[in-house]
Amino acid sequence: MKFILKSFSILIVFALTWSLSSCGGNMGEKKADNSGSALGKSTAERVFVAPGQHDEFYGFISGGFSGQLAVYGLPSGRLFKVIPVFSQDGEKAYGYNEETKPMLQTSHGFVPWDDSHHPDISQTNGELDGRWVFINANNTPRIARVSLKSFETEEIIEIPNSAGNHSSAFVTENTEYVVAGTRFGVPIPQRDMSIEDYKGNFKAALSFVKVDPKTGHMNIAFQVLMPGFDYDLTHPGRGKSHGWMFFSTYNTEEANSLLEVNASQNDKDFIAAINWKKAEEFIKQGKGKMMPAKYAHNVYDEATMKATSTMENQVMTLDASKLPGLVYFLPTPKSPHGCDVDPTGEYIVGSGKLAAALTVHSFTKMLKAIEDKAFDGEAYGIPILKFEAVNAGTVVQPGLGPLHTEFDGKGNAYTTFFISSEVVKWKLGTWEVIDRKPTYYSVGHLMIPGGNSRKPYGKYLVAMNKITKDRYLPTGPEVCQSAQLYDITGEKMEMLLDFPTVGEPHYAAGCPASLLEDKSQKIYKLEDNQHKYATKSEKEAKVVREGKNVHIYMTMIRSHFAPDNIEGVKVGDKVFFHVTNLEQDYDVPHGISMIGANTSELLIMPGQTETFVWEPKEVGVWPFYCTDFCSALHQEMQGYVRVSPAGSSTPLKWGLDGEWHN
Amino acid sequence: MKKSSILMILGSAMLLSLFFLPLWNITLEAPQYPIPIGMDIYITKIADHNPNDIKNINLMNHYVGMKKIPEHMAEFDIFPWVVGGMAVLGIILGFLGNHKLFLAWFVLMALLGIAGMYDFYAWEYDYGHSLSPKAAIKFLNPDGTPMAYQPPLLGSKKILNFRATSLPMIGAYLMFAGMGLTFVAYLLGRKESK
Repeated sequence: MKFILKSFSILIVFALTWSLSSCGGNMGEKKADNSGSALGKSTAERVFVAPGQHDEFYGFISGGFSGQLAVYGLPSGRLFKVIPVFSQDGEKAYGYNEETKPMLQTSHGFVPWDDSHHPDISQTNGELDGRWVFINANNTPRIARVSLKSFETEEIIEIPNSAGNHSSAFVTENTEYVVAGTRFGVPIPQRDMSIEDYKGNFKAALSFVKVDPKTGHMNIAFQVLMPGFDYDLTHPGRGKSHGWMFFSTYNTEEANSLLEVNASQNDKDFIAAINWKKAEEFIKQGKGKMMPAKYAHNVYDEATMKATSTMENQVMTLDASKLPGLVYFLPTPKSPHGCDVDPTGEYIVGSGKLAAALTVHSFTKMLKAIEDKAFDGEAYGIPILKFEAVNAGTVVQPGLGPLHTEFDGKGNAYTTFFISSEVVKWKLGTWEVIDRKPTYYSVGHLMIPGGNSRKPYGKYLVAMNKITKDRYLPTGPEVCQSAQLYDITGEKMEMLLDFPTVGEPHYAAGCPASLLEDKSQKIYKLEDNQHKYATKSEKEAKVVREGKNVHIYMTMIRSHFAPDNIEGVKVGDKVFFHVTNLEQDYDVPHGISMIGANTSELLIMPGQTETFVWEPKEVGVWPFYCTDFCSALHQEMQGYVRVSPAGSSTPLKWGLDGEWHN
Repeated sequence: MKKSSILMILGSAMLLSLFFLPLWNITLEAPQYPIPIGMDIYITKIADHNPNDIKNINLMNHYVGMKKIPEHMAEFDIFPWVVGGMAVLGIILGFLGNHKLFLAWFVLMALLGIAGMYDFYAWEYDYGHSLSPKAAIKFLNPDGTPMAYQPPLLGSKKILNFRATSLPMIGAYLMFAGMGLTFVAYLLGRKESK
């Protein structure tokens, strides 16, 4: 009965806030439309990037359940590219061609899809360095590294002992590590046991993935084995708190069913502070334990243009319950989601998503509390610090359902509130609310370029919404996903723009365009092409039969294939099209597709080689053609393969312009 | 040594810069090429202005049946001897110090220069007019004659979607300056001998 009353009152508050915020929203919007900024520009002018001009910032917005990562320009909100990461993409042949299929290999076999959540750009000295962007796969736990030179996925590492890789993929301030915390407690190692025995028996692994500073190559340095709570989000310490990693938790109740109720009972859950420098010491002292684990490590090599998948078989673990000084718990109200560290590294903001207040912890106070042993008991051997001893302050009644906070580098913090559907600006240190602006609707995360670093670029804020409803022209029951852009240069925030996004935009990372645009890859040098089946000139084009396998070494250049006539292929053959784009000009990719091929097209960049497989099933003469409008004679860029019956004696030959070879 | 001799030696020695600096440049601009594509002409070779430019010029031009930019020409064998010979001759004349010979050298060099320009024009004419009969795209002039794609000798010219610009480069300017010096050497020599 009490519970029913409670939820009823929450509903009333919810309804009241909703109507209040939507009122305020309408007024705020009108104001934004009619009044100019301090500079006297209209809202439209402030997001307008004239034809031929470039945006000031790149925005990398997660594709959510599309599994990809989308690249936008800010402030225009224009979509530039969807980088395939965890899902197959027929447009770019990612996960379809022979080169990239290994990228999607896991210990569970080939997984063609995932749920990508949190991109984070690599850092040096706590500032964005624009080398890579990392992003996590939530469903089958993985971390991907995307090159910010080629804007392509170069590496994916699977995370063992994990399930629901949600508190990921955030980097430490020199990209020493990219982390992966599990959202689900699971039996470690996995075994057949009763779900009801969860409490006290399930565990959670927080993985620290080492990043090679030169190549970016990842390997799992160690996993901290924790009590089986749900680890939700994480951020690195920076500056004075460098060396620590902070993870928010929920379900400290360790419920295994009806979590919406049973994991919402504790007044306070925890932010877990992990001392990873201490972890490194423990490993040096031999206190880690190597345990068997099976996980895939997939690396794409730019020179050979081929991804390889290796199955790893062990992982270093550290038991948090048995290693004093490795982990401390900071009590934080009501199932905190966001766990965000300000640019100075002093404040750790916990967004208790079921709370009506924001809790801010102090790193300095935390160190003192540890020194003074100001403990309030322990959980599974891990000390719980006294709330009062670590708490720096509370933002009182900022809104309902705080989720995520970022910073502008000028002493202000910006927090999203899901339930009250707004972004709230507040001041670090005084904890006073400065401004609030509605979002449409139910905002999840927000992003300020560099907002998770020592040096935020506090000009724009992107709010990513969970619900769109009536904001755009309807497109049936599934409407577009949506983000909103705010100008945060003034005392008050101003909403500038709505723009649609790809998949559900969970989280984003942004950086100044100048950090990336000049080093963006234009072409691949043909002479550097080390693909096993590269054909570097038309003269070298050939067709080779190896039993049932037929290898076509083909070239493409404006506007023909070489060879473009092939005979002697038979039903039952496995035909490999190894196609090299001989172009050495910017923005002249060619595509190729074969009628009836049970795979996607290839879209090949200048200087690159890619391979698709075609297994002809019927006798006939079958055409292939260029799929990317490459030139004035693109339509003429086509060819034929003659397929003869299995066992026929048609000789293998290939030709171009009447000149045949065999 | 007389001032005129020094100028003569210096002026003719400046020809040697042509062994490593480009003489001429032809640049093609089009909307699809925000960074224009171009070739730099040396006495020994024709080179990319930016990487892959010649490959891309050839690719563009093959649609209208134009030949590839030659990797080798007879001129590449002859020009170095002519330029080297003239430089050496000029230096020797400088040491000899006879200003009348300075003028003779200058006139010879000017004649050779004109011959060189004529040769360049002849190559351009052939490059622009000698088209493959199997060309994919065949444009006609308003009078019904086949369109030619000859680049200008000097200055700019619109050819279909391209603007072709042909201008001397640093090597040519140094050559002109050197020739100018030899002429000044002649004038100065004449004054000195009075």
